[in-house]
Amino acid sequence: MAVVNWLKRHFVVIAGLVTLAYLLLPNVVVTVFSFNRPKGRFNYEWQEFSTDAWRDPCGVSGLCGSLSVSLQIALWATLGATLLGTLIAFALVRYRFRARGAINSLIFLPMAMPEVVMAASLLTLFLNMGAQLGFWTILIAHIMFCLSFVVTAVKARVMSMDPRLEQAAQDLYAGPVQTFLRVTLPIAAPGIAAGALLAFALSFDDFIITNFNAGSTVTFPMFVWGSAQRGTPVQINVIGTAMFVIAVLFVLASMAVGNRRKKQKA
Amino acid sequence: MKTTKDTTTAAAHGGDVRLSGISKTYGSFTAVHPLDLTVPEGSFFALLGASGCGKTTTLRMIAGLEEPSAGTVHLGDQDVTALPPYKRPVNTVFQSYALFPHLDIFENVAFGLRRRGIKSVKKQVDEMLDLVQLGEQARKKPHQLSGGQQQRVAVARALINHPKVLLLDEPLGALDLKLRRQMQLELKRIQTEVGITFVHVTHDQEEAMTMADQVAVMNAGRVEQLGSPADLYENPRTTFVANFLGSSNFIEAEIDSRGGDGLVLKAGGGKLVLPEARNSASTTTGGKVLVGVRPEKISVTHADEAGEIPEGRNRITGRIADSSFIGVSTQYVVDSPVCPEFEVYAQNIARDPRLVPGAEVVLHWNPAHTFGLDATQDIDAGTEEEAAV
Repeated sequence: MAVVNWLKRHFVVIAGLVTLAYLLLPNVVVTVFSFNRPKGRFNYEWQEFSTDAWRDPCGVSGLCGSLSVSLQIALWATLGATLLGTLIAFALVRYRFRARGAINSLIFLPMAMPEVVMAASLLTLFLNMGAQLGFWTILIAHIMFCLSFVVTAVKARVMSMDPRLEQAAQDLYAGPVQTFLRVTLPIAAPGIAAGALLAFALSFDDFIITNFNAGSTVTFPMFVWGSAQRGTPVQINVIGTAMFVIAVLFVLASMAVGNRRKKQKA
Repeated sequence: MKTTKDTTTAAAHGGDVRLSGISKTYGSFTAVHPLDLTVPEGSFFALLGASGCGKTTTLRMIAGLEEPSAGTVHLGDQDVTALPPYKRPVNTVFQSYALFPHLDIFENVAFGLRRRGIKSVKKQVDEMLDLVQLGEQARKKPHQLSGGQQQRVAVARALINHPKVLLLDEPLGALDLKLRRQMQLELKRIQTEVGITFVHVTHDQEEAMTMADQVAVMNAGRVEQLGSPADLYENPRTTFVANFLGSSNFIEAEIDSRGGDGLVLKAGGGKLVLPEARNSASTTTGGKVLVGVRPEKISVTHADEAGEIPEGRNRITGRIADSSFIGVSTQYVVDSPVCPEFEVYAQNIARDPRLVPGAEVVLHWNPAHTFGLDATQDIDAGTEEEAAV
């Protein structure tokens, strides 16, 4: 009886922990196996502890090159999509123009369409235009599918913004440019940041669309996919773990900043 | 420090706000009909009216946030009609304050100074925060302050720029009653201290009367009447003003003759006297007039003692339909043949125990407290019942 009662009382906590474990278990496996020394070419069975891979993360030919390509594409795609997406979001919320309604719904299309269909149609488009597949076609494709997400994130933020704040700025001698830089942009910033992070993650991750339109360029997800056919180097786990740690540090840092601000206020 | 309250000499000052033939239309809807208005420099001016009467639109046209469809706005000798808001020497306290949520109180208040390229703002900001008693809160964010404190930040943020005119758009609307009374006095104190022209938009007649030197009562995009609070209250020229500021009783009457004390009017079977100076209706014999009298000017006497009422007072008879004891006064509703629901406020000095519902009474008042209005108007204009429709 006592056990049942205890379970009842802590049900929410237990459910939360189980869900968290479900989410984190794959990450734990990735991390653990980054310290493995596999016998054959495949890193699927635990053999013995080793830090070889961590000491030489670029030891596999092509891995770090593909990582660099992926990071470059992700950065540029984030920049492009965030810039364009923010402008579109502002236009859609603030201005009344002819095709506004149509654009508002069309912007969701890339999110709704199956990725593989879009990938194939993009390839058709590029081939018909005579474009050479590679870095630039990947970048164009990534900006395209990241845009919808940025627009959605920024739009939500701009819609909840009180237009009187900008009027107040104008009333206090800020011209249009100053108003945008000093009031509009800082207040919309959390939405823009959320959109940018989403864009980066989506672009860095993307395999299907990239694989169709990459030509001879190899991104990190493509490298992992390719090597999985022949054998999985431990270094892949090292890169994966490193990305995970960086992301966690990022979140912890922003939480720490938030906490300090709260303490200052109190 | 300029605290000139005399409006007749105000025309000589260089800092008046002058609106000439200003109007605003949205498609087929006219928010503000062509309007002429002069706000004397250094005065506390209120635009009073129900929601949708055009008072906020008028204010926003002075601020430059709304472009007039016709007419001009002058600040002193300068025509500012074509200037954008950030080039006008005018600042606004917005409804619900519009404080910048990402900046602390200090930076909110310093915003206007910084935008005009002033580098050392610390001394001025500190002084301004002291004026509104918020020196301690300088490093807090707006959402950490109470409503009353946010309101004071909004005032400080505008006032620090020493505008020619401070515009206040329902600045006390979001505060509870007690705080509102306190802030009314506070704003009045600040205005007297800095001597800047305040233009205050409100729907609260008590607020307008407490604070303003001059009140413009607006209705449906027009100014119904302009004057000092006492003048508007004592001499309303339309039923809207009579009902919107306080409450009024109206009797429909007909002009009978012209006597020594004023116009003699027939109402029901009785006669009423109306001083000619207080009549804004036509004065032809046989013409209709709405006779108005404020509830607190009326005395109630039981019908048995009607003989004791002095000669020369206006009087009507009726029966008490309802009475409610308020504390300082008792409010009676009296059914009279000339007016179905006559309101009377009697101070509780000596209460007559016979004055209960059902009692026959005589209502009487000094003819000097009677005002006459054009009879073609809607008697209920500006009452709460009408507003609720």
